Amino acid sequence: MSTSIFFEHLVQEDRVHRSIYTDPLIFELEMTHIFGGVWCYLAHESQLPRPDDYLTGKLGLRPIIVVRDSSGKLRALFNRCTHRGARVCRETRGSARTFQCPYHGWTYFNTGKLRGVPWPEGYACDFAEGKYNLAQVPRVESYRGFIFGTLNADAPPLSDYLGAAKRPIDEWLDRNPGSRVVLAEANRLKFKGNWKLAYDNAADGYHVLFSHRSLLETENRHAADPTKGMSFYMGKPDEAPMYVQYFGRGHHFKDKRPNIERRPGALWEIEGAQPGMAAYEKLIRERLGAKALRALDLAASEPVNINIFPNLSILGNHIQVFQPLAVDETESVWYATAIVDESNELEGMADAVNAIRMRTQESFPNFGEVDDAANFEEIQKGLAACEDEWVYMHRGLGIPGRVQRLADGTLKAPATDEVFMREHMKEWQRLMTARPNIQLAR
Amino acid sequence: MSYVDDGFYERIVASFRDWARPELEVTDVATRDECRRLLEREARLLDEGRYEDWLALYADECVVWVPAAERPGDPRREVTVFFDDRQRLEDRIFRLRTGKAWSQMPPSRTVRMVSNVEVFRAAEKLMVRSNLLLAELRGGETRQLGAWCAHRLAHGKIEAKQINLLERDQSLRNPSVLL
Repeated sequence: MSTSIFFEHLVQEDRVHRSIYTDPLIFELEMTHIFGGVWCYLAHESQLPRPDDYLTGKLGLRPIIVVRDSSGKLRALFNRCTHRGARVCRETRGSARTFQCPYHGWTYFNTGKLRGVPWPEGYACDFAEGKYNLAQVPRVESYRGFIFGTLNADAPPLSDYLGAAKRPIDEWLDRNPGSRVVLAEANRLKFKGNWKLAYDNAADGYHVLFSHRSLLETENRHAADPTKGMSFYMGKPDEAPMYVQYFGRGHHFKDKRPNIERRPGALWEIEGAQPGMAAYEKLIRERLGAKALRALDLAASEPVNINIFPNLSILGNHIQVFQPLAVDETESVWYATAIVDESNELEGMADAVNAIRMRTQESFPNFGEVDDAANFEEIQKGLAACEDEWVYMHRGLGIPGRVQRLADGTLKAPATDEVFMREHMKEWQRLMTARPNIQLAR
Repeated sequence: MSYVDDGFYERIVASFRDWARPELEVTDVATRDECRRLLEREARLLDEGRYEDWLALYADECVVWVPAAERPGDPRREVTVFFDDRQRLEDRIFRLRTGKAWSQMPPSRTVRMVSNVEVFRAAEKLMVRSNLLLAELRGGETRQLGAWCAHRLAHGKIEAKQINLLERDQSLRNPSVLL
């Protein structure tokens, strides 16, 4: 059977085969065709503010060093000594002009170029040859602080890859002072399940009321009417003004903003109670008067999920990253963001906003994500039933008029529709049968 | 209204800075034994799922702080694994009691080992340093969390607890039990 027929069989109109979540060989192919073949999120520029700053991470399973080199250029070096293969950098982050392999002492500039080796007179080769430099990701680009890389020489420019998803990313950034955010540590979880279970979930409006029942009940336990958090999913979520949109290339968008009145303070009103809210609200109101509500909204969770295939989800105030570890193990890292107010738009209240914003961002990972992660693990366990082959994602399929194709070619559907999942699976299938032009730079 | 305000943060950050100094160590056996018994009682109540009784060990104005940074800084400027005041601790218990907290359905079985207890007296408070090893059985698999803890005690109650997980800046496998 050819590869394309094989993958055509696995991704059908209404369902996908269990093996795409369980088969180690398919996972291995994904590490080239997806995590290598398309633009993957690598890091945020606020983690590398100065030349020589670096952090270590992974592109797929490849160990990498994302670095702002001494001249300020962003690079993603393979964290693998050219000589024997040991990781040359073992710290999680830092600042370095050079990386020296702790095994035999080969040393590289933070551009990846080999600086020197111990006792070179023992070699007959010319170390000026490029093949001895660290391998690196040939294309690294940043979109408004989000750093991406791809090994695919034929990939479109990052801006084209993001396409229609740039609009909500812009809106998400532009609501903050100075139109930017910086990272402020993270809530990090891992689960024994395939990475796509998390990506499938990223725009899933169907699970909220069930998987997050305990969160919704907890947030609303003191309220006469449940209005806090995602309570707008109660009743008939498909009749609510929120929607899900498919942008193409695997990217999608859950926009819950239309459920909330467009006025300052509306977001703040639905935020659940978190430590320090009352005291800082009082402080901010006293200082800012009429402008206080805008500031308080910045401490509240922005009701969007902007999902960039395959490993990024910008949601609430978080930058969430999906990191595959194995076919059945994934990290889900929720980077918190803080505001920076260099032009003092908030008249000295940015610290107060951040003091609330740190606590509001702890809520979902603690009270929501843990239950999703438990459900992802249960899917992985359930899929061990190998004769029961199919996983369904056909909610909304075949109902006339439910999914609209907009003038820009994107698809829009009610909030609990699974059209986004069916579409990113088609893209997955296309990528798995394509031949990415994988190149390394040195 | 929550008691957490800017001054509260200020005091918490200050009281968890540079307190395990040799000259502040308490050598009085009775005081040390009292502290150790409190920590052991806390561990047992959590292991037995007696969360309301557990919370009763805490002062009215209390906090449990689990940093997420490799080198913990000011929780006003960085997110933590959690930084819970009394209300959010009550929320945590409420959530577990809904019967719909799927990460704890069925509940994990846990065993907490508390050891290496050292007691210090700083600014009229007792500061207790201990090591915690938490074994959790969930889904047929036992996993472990290790941490060193700092309890700030006054009038026989826990005012503040800091849990410094070994894996605080690494991925935690579904941290849904009470810590």
